Amino acid sequence: MAVSKEQVIDFLYEEARMLDEGRYDEWLALWLEDGHYWMPLDYKQTDPHLVTSLLYEDMFMLRLRVERLNGARTFSQKPKSRCHHVIQRPFIDEMTDNRVVTNTSMHYVETRLDEQFLLALTAVHELAVVDGVLRIANKRVDILNCDAAFGNIQLLP
Amino acid sequence: MRTVSDITALYTGPQVHRDVYTSPDIYRLEMEHLFANAWVFVGHESQTSKKGDYFTTQIGDQPVIQVRHSDGEIYVLFNRCPHKGTKIAIDRDGNTGKFFRCPYHAWSFKTNGCLLAIPLKKGYEETGFSESESAKGMTPVGAVKNYRGFVFARLASDGIDFDEFFGDSLSSIDNMVDRSPAGRLEIAGPPLRYMHKCNWKMLVENQTDTCHPMVAHESSAGTAVKIWKEMGNPEPRPPAMEIIAPFMSPYEFFEKMGIRTWPNGHGHTGVHHSIHSDYSAVPGYFEALCEAHGEERAREILDENRHNTVYFPNIMIKGPIQQLRNFIPLGPNKTLVESYIYRLVGAPDQLLSRTAMYNRMINAPTSMVGHDDLEMYERAQEGLMSNGMEWVNIQRLRTGEEDFSEETVENGTTERQMRNQFDAWVKFMTVSMEEA
Repeated sequence: MAVSKEQVIDFLYEEARMLDEGRYDEWLALWLEDGHYWMPLDYKQTDPHLVTSLLYEDMFMLRLRVERLNGARTFSQKPKSRCHHVIQRPFIDEMTDNRVVTNTSMHYVETRLDEQFLLALTAVHELAVVDGVLRIANKRVDILNCDAAFGNIQLLP
Repeated sequence: MRTVSDITALYTGPQVHRDVYTSPDIYRLEMEHLFANAWVFVGHESQTSKKGDYFTTQIGDQPVIQVRHSDGEIYVLFNRCPHKGTKIAIDRDGNTGKFFRCPYHAWSFKTNGCLLAIPLKKGYEETGFSESESAKGMTPVGAVKNYRGFVFARLASDGIDFDEFFGDSLSSIDNMVDRSPAGRLEIAGPPLRYMHKCNWKMLVENQTDTCHPMVAHESSAGTAVKIWKEMGNPEPRPPAMEIIAPFMSPYEFFEKMGIRTWPNGHGHTGVHHSIHSDYSAVPGYFEALCEAHGEERAREILDENRHNTVYFPNIMIKGPIQQLRNFIPLGPNKTLVESYIYRLVGAPDQLLSRTAMYNRMINAPTSMVGHDDLEMYERAQEGLMSNGMEWVNIQRLRTGEEDFSEETVENGTTERQMRNQFDAWVKFMTVSMEEA
């Protein structure tokens, strides 16, 4: 069963809301088991393996990241960070019955204690339709100033 | 005005005064003396492999250009026009062809810095310009050494020579390069750039601090182990288990791994084994290394699993990982950390893939391990402003006076390497200072 454009867009907005509200278990459940979350280090980077990226995480790493956020001895999250996404209406670049590729511009704000920073991002989602339900097959997040020096980026855009 | 005795008084052996981390005066003196007198890492030769290739960086607070001259040699020049001070290059790397040209007034320079041409040069006739400092062109640093591809510079024109400064500590660079079947490394992509609001020395000290991983990194390494167990210990282990889980090794593991110190502030953890010892074999690599070196020599090279080697003052390398981290001071409470990785020329890609994974898992601004390290440094930087106590304690396993002019191997949880760094710190801070 194919999904509609509106369902795709709602899905992406709902994903951003889950991240903002810290509903990470629901967020992890969106993913296919062999998915990767990629955040390149270099502008227009094409290879996630033989040069460094900021993130190239499999489900084990994403689970670890989520579980760590709530750990009793997670010192960099005492107190916790919060984040906020403002997303532009996604472009749907490819759409077949079982595969959708979207491109979404967003502003991502993360804050902790007295610090707050803003990142301008482009997220490319590769979505799969499994049993009529949208799932994240892969996600790539490009930071506009990926080559700048950052302090801690602790949550997930 | 601080005198030699003021500087000497900041380090007592078991303790170091907080001013070395917090004082703007001390920071200024470090830039003026320590970073001028020591041999400081600049870049790797493969970042400037072709004639005219250049790369911009800093030695302490001094902007410099590493450039490959037309004679094939690498030069390190101060990055300013001798005319008005304009930086000659501001992109991080590029190729300038046969000469540099200042974008302000088009003064041009050969790639060894010599003045090539000035527009309307007759305007300088009979002005005595040819006798001026500016007529010499872009100023080269005091001395440059390319050691097996790693380019170091000393800003001061006179001072300790390269071999005396590093001595036997170069064995760590040797081991990293020897791991390449072709005997050379190549830079692999841009470095991670991670900003730290703390003093640069906190980062350097942490490289041989073996009593923090199981505490500060419990949240990442301990949780990784827990999740893996919950999954029923699946094999092959997820990559995160191979890279991150060893941080949870018990104190005994770190005690037994040993710490070696060399004169002039250099030292390394992982004398006997390290957190890098148990990585799975990469198919085809050992065979390639045997072909290059013979089996006996190949085993000898791979049996060294040095963890972190600190090259005083401000870099760390990991031989088994082919990583180099440069702790670039930007102020008393600001440090830019650049983490580079290198390809072992002639080795399978899979090895470089693990190296890139290590870099992002441990040293990225997005790394769960990095997050807790940075948290500790920044808390320390803030905590040191407290007037409740003025001294920092570094006396673990210091049982008496120590002689840092000798190479030693000790229990892997000693803080001797931190003391070794401060011994060298006093030496290179004061060698060019006038007595009171």
